[in-house]
Amino acid sequence: MTAVTQTPGRTARSARPGAPRSRTARKNGWIALAFTAPTIAGLLVFFVYPFVANIFYSFTRFNLVSPPEWIGLRNYVYLFTQDPLVVQAALNTLWFVVFLVPIRIITALCIAGLLVRAKRASGVWRTIFYLPSLVPPVASVVAFVFLFNPGTGPVNQVLKLFGIDGPLWFNDPSWAKPSLVVLGVWVMGDIMIIFLASLLDVPTEQYEAASLDGANGVQKVRYVTLPALAPVLLFALITGIIAALQYFTEAAVASGVASGQATVGGGTGTSMGYPENSLLTYTMWLYVRGFANYQLGYAAALAVVLFVVAGIFMLLLLRRMNAFTPEGAR
Amino acid sequence: MTVTQTATLMGVDAAATRRRTRTTGGLLLWIGEHALLVALATLFLFPVVFVLLTSLMNGDQTLTASLWPNPFTGENYARAFTDAPLAQWFGNSLLYAVLATVFMLLSSVPAAYALAKIRFRGSNALFLAVIVAMLLPPQVTVVPLYVMWSQLGLTGTLWPLILPNLLGDAFSVFLLRQFFLTIPTEYADAARIDGAGEFAVLWRVMLPMARPGIAAAGIFLFFRSWNDYFGPLLYTSENPAAWPVAYGLATFRGSHGTDWGITMAMTLIVTIPIVIVFFFAQRAFVEGVTLTGVKG
Repeated sequence: MTAVTQTPGRTARSARPGAPRSRTARKNGWIALAFTAPTIAGLLVFFVYPFVANIFYSFTRFNLVSPPEWIGLRNYVYLFTQDPLVVQAALNTLWFVVFLVPIRIITALCIAGLLVRAKRASGVWRTIFYLPSLVPPVASVVAFVFLFNPGTGPVNQVLKLFGIDGPLWFNDPSWAKPSLVVLGVWVMGDIMIIFLASLLDVPTEQYEAASLDGANGVQKVRYVTLPALAPVLLFALITGIIAALQYFTEAAVASGVASGQATVGGGTGTSMGYPENSLLTYTMWLYVRGFANYQLGYAAALAVVLFVVAGIFMLLLLRRMNAFTPEGAR
Repeated sequence: MTVTQTATLMGVDAAATRRRTRTTGGLLLWIGEHALLVALATLFLFPVVFVLLTSLMNGDQTLTASLWPNPFTGENYARAFTDAPLAQWFGNSLLYAVLATVFMLLSSVPAAYALAKIRFRGSNALFLAVIVAMLLPPQVTVVPLYVMWSQLGLTGTLWPLILPNLLGDAFSVFLLRQFFLTIPTEYADAARIDGAGEFAVLWRVMLPMARPGIAAAGIFLFFRSWNDYFGPLLYTSENPAAWPVAYGLATFRGSHGTDWGITMAMTLIVTIPIVIVFFFAQRAFVEGVTLTGVKG
C-alpha cells in the first residue's frame, strides 16, 4: 500500500485492484471470469438447471421410461391430501429437528465448557470428544446398532449389571429415534470444536470485570459467555436445522441394519423406516417414491415442499451472514 | 489479537486458575469437573472399546452375551476381505475420494481466490450463489440430476459423484475463500506492483501461503466423498461392482444373518483411513498457523 502512494501521477485508488472504469478493472473482470468460469458453469448445470427442471417435473407424471406427462397440480393434491405416509415421514423429520438439534448443541456446549477449563492434558480430552465425529456415519450407525442390539449388545449387558432391563432400542418404534439421538450426541465433536474455539476467544478481561462487579459463576455464564457465543450458537442452530431437514443416512442405515433384512443388490424400499416407519424421514420417503417406485414427478413435488421449508432457514442464515461478513473484509 | 496479548491473557488466566484452586471451594469444583470429564470420556470411549473387542471374538462367541474375547482372534479381519469384496470397495472409494478431491482443487481454488482477492463486477452475486448452493439440500435437485446422468448413461457408476467437482464445489469454494481472506492483500499487491499477473500472484504468492487452507478443503472433501452414502445409494445401488466401502458396509450382512464380528472388523477398517488422514491433517493445520504468521 505504501509503495502505491509514492508513485506520482497514479492515485492509490486506481492502482488498487478493482478501481472502477480503469483498465485494471476491465482486465480484472476477464481474469476473474477465467478463474470463476468453471464454478459459474457448475452452478448453472448442477443447481440452476436442476432447480428449475425440478419444479417442472413436479407438475408431471414421470417414470424415466416414458417422457414426462403434464398433470398440473395433481402431485401436490395427492401429497397434501392422500399420501398415506407423508405425514408420518414429515413428523419423524420434525422430531429430529426438535430433539436431535438442540440436544446435540447443548451437549456440545457443556463439553466445550468443561474442556475450556481443563488445563492439563487438554489435547487428550479434546481428541477423545472430537474423534467420534470423524467416524464415517455408516460405520458409526452400524456400530451403534450392534452396541444397542437387544440380544447380545454391550449396552444392555452393562445396563443389566445395574439391574436395568434395557429397551429394544433400534428394534422398538418408540426407542429407534432416541437411539439415533444418542448417536448424534456421540458425534457432536464437529460443533463442540467450534464452540471451544469461540470460548477460548472470549477476552479474559470480561470475566475479570464481571468478577470485580461481584458476579458469580452462573451470572458470568449468563452475561459474558452466552452473549459472546450467541452468533456461533445461532449458526449451529440454523445449519443444524437445515441438516436435520435432510436427515437420511443415519436413519436409512439404522433401519436397514436393525431390520437385518436389507437386501444385497437393490438395497431399497423394503426396510426403509424400520421399525414400523418410526425412522421413515421425509427425505427417505422422497427417495423411496422417486427411486424405488420411480415416481419421479411425485418425488420432485416432495422436493419442492422440502425446498420451501428449508428455504426459510436458508434465508435466516443468509441474513446473519450478511451481518457478520461486511464488505470491508477484503 | 497479537501473540503477546494472547500470551498475557493466558498468563493471567493461569494465575486466576491457581488462585481458584487454592481455596477449598475451588478444589471441590476442580474435582467435580474432572470427575465429570472422566465419566463422559468413559462413555465416549465405550463404543470404540466394545466394537474393538467384538471384532476380536470368534464367530460363535459373538452370538453370546460375553463381552471379553476368549480367545482373541484376528480371523474377522481376514474374513472381512474374503466374505465381502472389501478390497474392491476400497478401490472404488479411493477412486471416488481422490479424483473428487483433485478435481475440486483444480476448479475451486482459482474461483475462491478470485472471490477473495480480485474485485470484479458480480463477485457478490457469485458468492451469494455459492452460499445458496452450499446450503441447498441435495434432495431438492436430485430428480433432474438423476435424469441427466441416466441420459448420459452414467448411472451405475460413481462418475455422477466425481465429475461435478471439475466445475467447482460450493462448500470448498466458500471455505477456500474464507481462508484467502485471512491472507493480507498487501502480499498480492506487492507482487502486482512488481509486475506479476494475476495468475502468477495466485500461483507464486497466494498458493504457498494458502497451503493449510487448501489442505483443509481437500481433506474435508476427501472425508465427504469417503463417507458418502446417499450418492452411491442413488447411483450405484444396482451395480455392486461400483460400490464404495461406506455403501458396501451398510449392505453387508454375512452369509447367515448379521455376523457382528466381521461387521465390527469392517467398521474399524473403514474408519482407519479417515483417522490416518486426520492425524496427517492435524500437522498441516499446525504448519498452516505458523506459515500464515499474522492471524486475526
